[in-house]
Amino acid sequence: MATQTKILTQHIDVPGIDTLAVYRQHGGYAAVEKALKTMSPDAVVEEVKKSGLRGRGGAGFPTGMKWSFIDRKSGNPRYLVCNADESEPGTFKDRYLMTRSPHSLIEGMIVSSFALEAHLSYIYIRGEMLATMRILEKAIVEAYAAGLLGKNILGSGYDLDLFVAPGGGAYICGEETALIESLEGKRGNPRNKPPFPAVKGLWQNPTVVNNVETIAATPWIINNGGEAYAAIGVGRSTGTKLISACGHINKPGVYEIELGVPVEEFIYSDQYCGGIWKGKKLKAVVAGGSSVPILPAQLITKTAAGENRLMTYESLAEGGFASGTMLGSGGFIVMDEDTCIVRNTHSFARFYHHESCGQCSPCREGTGWMEKVLHRIETGQGRMHDIDLLVDVAKKIEGNTICPLGDAAAWPVASAIRHFRDEFIWHIEHPQEATQPGAVYRGEAAIA
Amino acid sequence: MSAYSFSTEKVSEHAHFSDALLEKARVAIAKYPEGKQKSAVLEILHDVQNEFGWVSVTAMDRVAELLSIQPIEVYEVASFYTMFNLEPTGKYVLEVCRTGPCQLRGAEELITYLEHKTGAHHGHPSPDGRFTVKPVECLAACGMAPCLQVRLKQLDGDYKYYENLDEPTVDRLIAEEWI
Ligand SMILES: Cc1cc2nc3c(=O)[nH]c(=O)nc-3n(C[C@H](O)[C@H](O)[C@H](O)COP(=O)(O)O)c2cc1C
Ligand code: FES
Repeated sequence: MATQTKILTQHIDVPGIDTLAVYRQHGGYAAVEKALKTMSPDAVVEEVKKSGLRGRGGAGFPTGMKWSFIDRKSGNPRYLVCNADESEPGTFKDRYLMTRSPHSLIEGMIVSSFALEAHLSYIYIRGEMLATMRILEKAIVEAYAAGLLGKNILGSGYDLDLFVAPGGGAYICGEETALIESLEGKRGNPRNKPPFPAVKGLWQNPTVVNNVETIAATPWIINNGGEAYAAIGVGRSTGTKLISACGHINKPGVYEIELGVPVEEFIYSDQYCGGIWKGKKLKAVVAGGSSVPILPAQLITKTAAGENRLMTYESLAEGGFASGTMLGSGGFIVMDEDTCIVRNTHSFARFYHHESCGQCSPCREGTGWMEKVLHRIETGQGRMHDIDLLVDVAKKIEGNTICPLGDAAAWPVASAIRHFRDEFIWHIEHPQEATQPGAVYRGEAAIA
Repeated sequence: MSAYSFSTEKVSEHAHFSDALLEKARVAIAKYPEGKQKSAVLEILHDVQNEFGWVSVTAMDRVAELLSIQPIEVYEVASFYTMFNLEPTGKYVLEVCRTGPCQLRGAEELITYLEHKTGAHHGHPSPDGRFTVKPVECLAACGMAPCLQVRLKQLDGDYKYYENLDEPTVDRLIAEEWI
């Protein structure tokens, strides 16, 4: 196995890397020097385009292309907003990166703001991470003192102010237009698109919203060139990705991988998850945060066509919704053979019901119904037609809401039934057995 | 989404903000361009909650005054975001993650144990006023499950995460740290 390039976490274990002095000793802020003093904003955008970097917040949209959409003609102020709301269940990479190496994000914010010709930028961090917000604010104070923020940065003539704004506990504020509403001091109700934030975002001005990990990757791209970044990975999945692995594995944690590592290796190698805990067998994986379709063991390591699945956007999606999933946010949730899929699906449904902003009826009502019906099945009160009822409700939410939270709520339920229908049927047919503590369906099909 | 419950009682002590609190509000407002001071509402509500332990209508009215906005603009925000406690809580609010990944590693059992040990059930403060157990959704610590967070006065109101929890650790925290 080749040694893996580390872009985001190369120095993350260095003592004191959260301070400016140590960060600089390890090459920190070289990209700010290079970009602001020797490059034009357009040249920075070009370099990021060449890198093939894709948004790490979940949707995987090409970052350079997103930046090129920002309205530079209107003359209105432009803003860069970093999405540090990280609340997709299974995802804990941004908190790790910001807490351990705050300057990685701040350096990325300066370079990226420069590319967008923004002079005021925000890091919107979820309210639960107030302690991490203090760490970022301390690092920002250091950066101002060193002339890396504020007026005329490093004598380049470029000005930038950077602030951190906290949320207050609301998953929906990770959706970029809800985030913008929240940053304006309002409830987190997503906006209709168009207009897109690149045209009308924060205070109706052109705005780019990018994930923490996306922004933190830009200094390396500036230092080493977009082509060097694009040389890592497979096909259109370039560069490295932070994967936060959790659930029933021996070594939960955050791993920076070159995109393209085989899924099987990621789960079983000691370099990563270290295999399933307690010597058990794998039952299922939710590969990209709770919103993406769940896959049973036999479909996560190999595609339906029998090919090895890789940790890339394309390979994980192979087979579409029938037999594939998504890389999403990189929240990799592993379930062993003793996991009850009905219980887990109920827990996710409860999450989406709790987090629906309530604006669109299909999502507000539908998430409530899915939670209720799943609860019924889990507690032994299910009826056989409940299974099709769930599929029907999920279908009626999907695509019928202002923001994708509706889809995110529908997919986990629809995919659990698609791949584990037997288990739902068993719950309904054997309510006595199914409601015993620790009871799990052990049909052939469910376990590889 | 909505707050668990909303006390409409006026609390006269919350009408006066200390100089330290006013200074924090000033810093929060200064992050935004002129006329956009409303953006500071969430940060100020966190500071208010830290000062008084919870967020009363009286305090929200004062926040509205500071931001030159209508009181309803503060109420609707405070009631949307789940971190704000709109009625009195125990001294320590144990916000325990209950979401899927944590559930895979014992979150439900942890919540039951915490309720049993503290006597704080169904989101209500324990009889001795020391604890509220508040199940919350994913705290971005799924690899260190099960986990909870607590706002600590000792940390100037910052939240401390407690991860990889088990029963002996909880016993120790209740006996020694959350006192
Ligand atoms: C319900 C919902 C929650 C989201 N949560 C997050 C989040 O916590 N962090 C994040 O970066 N993106 C999140 N997103 C995606 C954002 O809307 C947006 O696509 C992203 O921040 C863009 O940044 P990127 O292009 O760098 O990925 C969420 C989307 C939805 C629909
Ligand atoms: S599920 Fe508990 S912290 Fe993420």
